[in-house]
Amino acid sequence: MKRLEVSLPGLKMKNPIMPASGCFGFGREYAGLYDLSVLGAAAIKAATVEARFGNPTPRVAETHSGMLNAIGLQNPGVDQIMEKELPFLKSYDLPIVANIAGSTEEDYCEVAEKMSSHPQVSVLELNISCPNVKEGGIQFGTDARTAAALTKRVKAVSSKPVYVKLSPNVANIAEMAIAVEEAGADGISMINTLLGMRIDLKTRKPILANKTGGLSGPAIKPVAIRMIHEVSQAVSIPIIGMGGVSCAEDVIEFMLAGASAVAVGTANFVDPFICPDIISQLPELLEKMNVSHIRELIGGSWRECEVPSLSR
Amino acid sequence: MKKELVEVVSQKEIARHIFELKVQGNVVNEMTSPGQFVHIRVTDTFQPLLRRPISICDVDLESRTLTMLYRKEGTGTALLSQKKEGEKIDLLGPLGNGFPLDELSQGQTALLVGGGIGVPPLYYLAKKLCSQGINVISVLGFQSGDDGFYSEKFAELGEAYVSTVDGSQGTKGFVTDVIKNKDLHYDLLYSCGPTVMLKALELQVPAANGFFSLEERMGCGIGACFACVCHVNGGLPSDYVKVCSDGPVFPIGEVVL
Repeated sequence: MKRLEVSLPGLKMKNPIMPASGCFGFGREYAGLYDLSVLGAAAIKAATVEARFGNPTPRVAETHSGMLNAIGLQNPGVDQIMEKELPFLKSYDLPIVANIAGSTEEDYCEVAEKMSSHPQVSVLELNISCPNVKEGGIQFGTDARTAAALTKRVKAVSSKPVYVKLSPNVANIAEMAIAVEEAGADGISMINTLLGMRIDLKTRKPILANKTGGLSGPAIKPVAIRMIHEVSQAVSIPIIGMGGVSCAEDVIEFMLAGASAVAVGTANFVDPFICPDIISQLPELLEKMNVSHIRELIGGSWRECEVPSLSR
Repeated sequence: MKKELVEVVSQKEIARHIFELKVQGNVVNEMTSPGQFVHIRVTDTFQPLLRRPISICDVDLESRTLTMLYRKEGTGTALLSQKKEGEKIDLLGPLGNGFPLDELSQGQTALLVGGGIGVPPLYYLAKKLCSQGINVISVLGFQSGDDGFYSEKFAELGEAYVSTVDGSQGTKGFVTDVIKNKDLHYDLLYSCGPTVMLKALELQVPAANGFFSLEERMGCGIGACFACVCHVNGGLPSDYVKVCSDGPVFPIGEVVL
């Protein structure tokens, strides 16, 4: 339905909904449940140069309306992903967001160059915000100059648009966003998980084997909304908003905050049908809100109000 | 695999903190492989957030009834234990791969070893094996007699032994003590229980050939989140299997316990 269409650099989406990286495997797992072509796009699990096992288990712990994870970027390596995982998704009408990670700038560039050459990949998502690996990930995402330098190098080797996935674990996220925009980023994904910890009362030890993990789920939604509201006013490149999205109303809220598309993460684990359900509920919600096209909502919370105010 | 709102038929506490929950729904028609599990959402809110993996204990295809046994431990299972007859439960399943049933032929003997809340999936397995003319010997391990359940039901299907850590019922000690003391002979071993028990079986019954069902903390239950991975014996350090979607049942020796 045209009413839900949104366009972002490299991503022509029939609706603004995509599963978030790390929460959708490589698509296979959900393909048995519904037709993946209903999705606006899909972000697949992070790729690194070599295969990674990730962190020891337990890797997940529940929190109030959220969960901590410390998977540690487990993946079969970029070559395997391109050869064995991506072909499976070919039969679906589905733009692919390929999340890439690394330990060094060279790693990122190698993965970016390979991944962006794959005909099925629409855009790259530069993962500089994984809080669960010692090397790489978040160390690139907490210093604006480092993030900008990496973005620039990856842009130079990528033949596809590059989105930078920002970490909320910084003092000034707008500064990070501006830095990557100036370095040539085509878009921003935000937010990744918030660094957290839980301790088991019986053992008196952290529940996660990695001790700390990334907090996701409905619990972090207000943080994501605040940050997207702030960043979307500071940069002119589009934002894929994420962080606790679990219903159609949340999608509207993220878009009003300034997101041009919305990724659903942890909610896929609560209900594997959440993405198609949200997509089917959006038209009715827009009808109720008297909105003729979903893109009218983008940044609606801070843009000059075009709708007559109800209260005055 | 389907998601369905199934209806609670009955719920009762059958041992200390152990509940027997029966639900009815069309999805039950698909539950033909013992060792598979279901993923249950215990609330409509996000507290707690994640679904609970619960094994399939028994299935009556005619009445489309699924029996689940679970231990009330945390907030999730406490909420589940409050579900009353007629209430609906959001169930996803059946998930994972169950115990192979074609490894034995008529007249051969299967040894089923269950520990605690690992016992339930073995009941459906025992029934299936019996219906194929395979002899079933069961060894069930519990902390104490108060924690024990279903030993009579297993006894209806073949020889059944119980071990308790405190000796209040059956043999005092562990399941491995029963296997040694009773000098049990069998063709294939099937086991489900805590990893320490599986490890003990692997070490102390070295000739064991068969299948283990593993437990691991899960996120999604369908293989998407990579929370419940295990290393593969003899594989590369980066090789893995996912307990939820590659398992939970694996040939003995395939994964690192």
